[in-house]
Amino acid sequence: MRLYAVVAAGGFRRYATYRTATAAGVFTNTVFGFIVAYTYTALWEQRPQLGGYDLSQAVTYVWLGQSLLMTCAMMGGGFEDELMDRIRTGDVAIDLYRPADLQLWWLASDLGRAAFHLLGRGIVPMALGGLVFDLTLPGNPLVWLAFLFSVFLGVLVSFAVRFLVALSAFWLLDGAGVGQITFLAGMFFSGMLLPLTLFPGLLGEVARVLPWSSLLQVPADVFLGRHTGWGLVGAFAFQAGWALALLALGRLLQSVATRRVVVQGG
Amino acid sequence: MDSDGSGFIELDGIEKVFDVRRKAGLLRRERHQVRAVDGISFSVARGEMVGYIGPNGAGKSTTIKMLTGILTPSAGRLRVAGIDPSRERTRLARRIGVVFGQRTTLWWDLPLIDSYRLVHRMYRIPDKRYRENLERCVELLELGELLDVPVRQLSLGQRMRGDIAAALLHDPEVLYLDEPTIGLDVISKARVREFLRDLNAQSRTTVLLTTHDLTDIEQLCARVMVIDHGRLVYDGALAGLHEVGESERTLVVDLERELPPVELPGARVVKVEGPRQWLAFPAAASAAPLVARIAAEYPLMDLSVREPDIESVIAKMLSRRKVPDPAVSEEVAERSAL
Amino acid sequence: MADGLSEGVSERVPKGVPPEGEWSRPPLWEGLRAYGLIIAMWIRSTMAYRASFAMTAFGNFAATAFDFVAILLMFSHVDRLGGYSLPEVAFLYGAAGAAFGLADLTFGSMDRLGRRVRDGTLDTLLVRPAPVLAQVAGDRFALRRLGRITQGLLVLGYALVTLDIAWTPLKVAMLPMMILSGAAIFASVFVAGGAFQFWALDAAEVQNSFTYGGTTLLQYPPTVFAKDLVRGVTFVVPLAFVNWIPALYVMDREDPLGLPDWAAFLPPVVAVGCCALAGLAWRVGLRAYRSTGS
Repeated sequence: MRLYAVVAAGGFRRYATYRTATAAGVFTNTVFGFIVAYTYTALWEQRPQLGGYDLSQAVTYVWLGQSLLMTCAMMGGGFEDELMDRIRTGDVAIDLYRPADLQLWWLASDLGRAAFHLLGRGIVPMALGGLVFDLTLPGNPLVWLAFLFSVFLGVLVSFAVRFLVALSAFWLLDGAGVGQITFLAGMFFSGMLLPLTLFPGLLGEVARVLPWSSLLQVPADVFLGRHTGWGLVGAFAFQAGWALALLALGRLLQSVATRRVVVQGG
Repeated sequence: MDSDGSGFIELDGIEKVFDVRRKAGLLRRERHQVRAVDGISFSVARGEMVGYIGPNGAGKSTTIKMLTGILTPSAGRLRVAGIDPSRERTRLARRIGVVFGQRTTLWWDLPLIDSYRLVHRMYRIPDKRYRENLERCVELLELGELLDVPVRQLSLGQRMRGDIAAALLHDPEVLYLDEPTIGLDVISKARVREFLRDLNAQSRTTVLLTTHDLTDIEQLCARVMVIDHGRLVYDGALAGLHEVGESERTLVVDLERELPPVELPGARVVKVEGPRQWLAFPAAASAAPLVARIAAEYPLMDLSVREPDIESVIAKMLSRRKVPDPAVSEEVAERSAL
Repeated sequence: MADGLSEGVSERVPKGVPPEGEWSRPPLWEGLRAYGLIIAMWIRSTMAYRASFAMTAFGNFAATAFDFVAILLMFSHVDRLGGYSLPEVAFLYGAAGAAFGLADLTFGSMDRLGRRVRDGTLDTLLVRPAPVLAQVAGDRFALRRLGRITQGLLVLGYALVTLDIAWTPLKVAMLPMMILSGAAIFASVFVAGGAFQFWALDAAEVQNSFTYGGTTLLQYPPTVFAKDLVRGVTFVVPLAFVNWIPALYVMDREDPLGLPDWAAFLPPVVAVGCCALAGLAWRVGLRAYRSTGS
């Protein structure tokens, strides 16, 4: 456990070193937040209560999206490129002989990264957005806690998906394509483009049960107080269910891949 | 042009000062100046082959960057083939060749020949000259079978030879080589050195090379310049460097059995391990008489000569420089106060 | 060897005098030529991995298409957004997308400048006889970005078919003018952003705000945004000239800032001004790099 705490701290520090990059990223998140918030305002002014949100909630949703974009790595980024490179070059054999578990190692590191991105890239854009727009912030501290827990589960799901993408490099010569398609799906089905509650008919129903909704739609709804009581438990169970299923699938693939590496002698 | 007595490469009081911002506390940043090159003057004649050496961070690559027009000097006068590199970068570029040992300029995913075709067109090399130069490089650097191989599949040594050829296709009058043998195996090193020697001897290409490998200098350069803390501390023959630095070579002898330390004038035993003994002798001296005497007086099985490495030669030289001359040591003290 | 190279030497008389005409070639031509040579190499490199190219080109197309899908989803709930119909928004979207796509294709690699400085590979470009800007711009030229242009043009085509425009020769001429000037304006943002990285190595994302952010902004009608924001992108970073101002003229809609009609013909002038400023920023940045080395 100690080991993984150190790895997580390392993941945090690694991103914390690039201050200019962080500042530049905050700037970009803020600019996009403004642009999208104005378009949502135009939409909700014509259709108040669209998708079950009022105007203020809709705009809050926009800024939550900007804050969680990096934290939940909706467009990818983070460890998977590195892991893919290690698989392609064969360096992963070294990792497999380490006295640490491959999946847990990278998970710890990614949790450290996510923690940094939540603090470094999440808070300031939201605060700046709050200066101009009327945001709906939870008054109950328990809702904030529930939100953080939901974000944590979201990061787990995000990690689990990206771990699978990275492992595909064991079988595919060029994993870039798989990565790209997964992240396109992530962008679309996380609710980053539009809240999934606005997706029509079957598309909406499917989008809401796919794992990616755990990355933004569910945490945002928790933040906006749309899940309470048993509904909140249900939301957590949904996220945790996907996280466990995908992490388990990752473990399975990892053991198959490990056997492969061992058989090939690295 | 070089008939007026001035050198082909000329530096006169060249300085390069960098502003460095350092973290001091959480948010505060301190500014201070670093004199990477601190008043260097030298002159290299056309056709010379010069080794440019010094510890890491001494100012070697900063000098090379100024000579190639990448960086603008802070002060001093600089001319390469009569051109001021920082003012006429592209004009100079047509007349120099540069090989960065650890950064290939070849196209990773394309066959080697494609990189040469690009050089052909980018430097506007006349077709006939290009064909001749390519043929010659291919022959001498043994690139024939590699031309159609994607660069990513080449070994380090093959890639280095490929890079050297790319730098020579436009008939540069000066060739700068930054660590041309780093990471290469013995055979590749020998091949690269032989090629450079021929190039210099036969086409009078001026060559300036930085290296960590003393053998490069020994086999290639009649002249060596040593830079330390941004200043030129030695400029002369390699043998002279050994004298100044009192550097020593080592004779490793394997005797038939364990014996007391060998006693020979001009050499001293520095280590004994069973039947094997290490004898140090001045690097400037010849090993032949020593070998002859050992062979005559001791039951000799085998022997080899080890060269001192560049770092130790320079380190010795620098440490000696500080002692005898009070003016020099004052200078050193001043510099370290910076 | 002896023959060849020594012959070379004797041919090279007189020393120090470059081949005829070397000084007289205009830098713009030299830059374009070097750019062409470099992108040809990258295209060949790309074609070494055809399957990967096809997949990433499609991905590029799809990623951009999502923006438009979001707009379609919005219009599944409303008839007008900021007072604009779907075909009108599609017109703005297509024009911005095509202009931005063109700039992204030709200058999209400028955001790698900071990385090149850090890993030292910028130096290898400085010892070649070609303008550095052309070499950096052509670096990693990615044909897959054609996906974005294609998508923009398709949406623009849809808009032109569905919109009921009273066409005049002037309005027809406006279309290519708008896309080319818009591409030039975006390109100068890319170049200025690259130049900025000479000072702030890790600030590649800042230019994303103006490039990707800018094109997202321009996809929606100006009436959606706060007046101050519209003023900002008209007079400070003149992105409004990419599509808003000329497109409003083509669609006979009023400019929210009340600019006169002739403003619609300004994009080429604005583009030239932007390119000049960006070129200047680049020169200053490169000079700073060459005197500080980092």
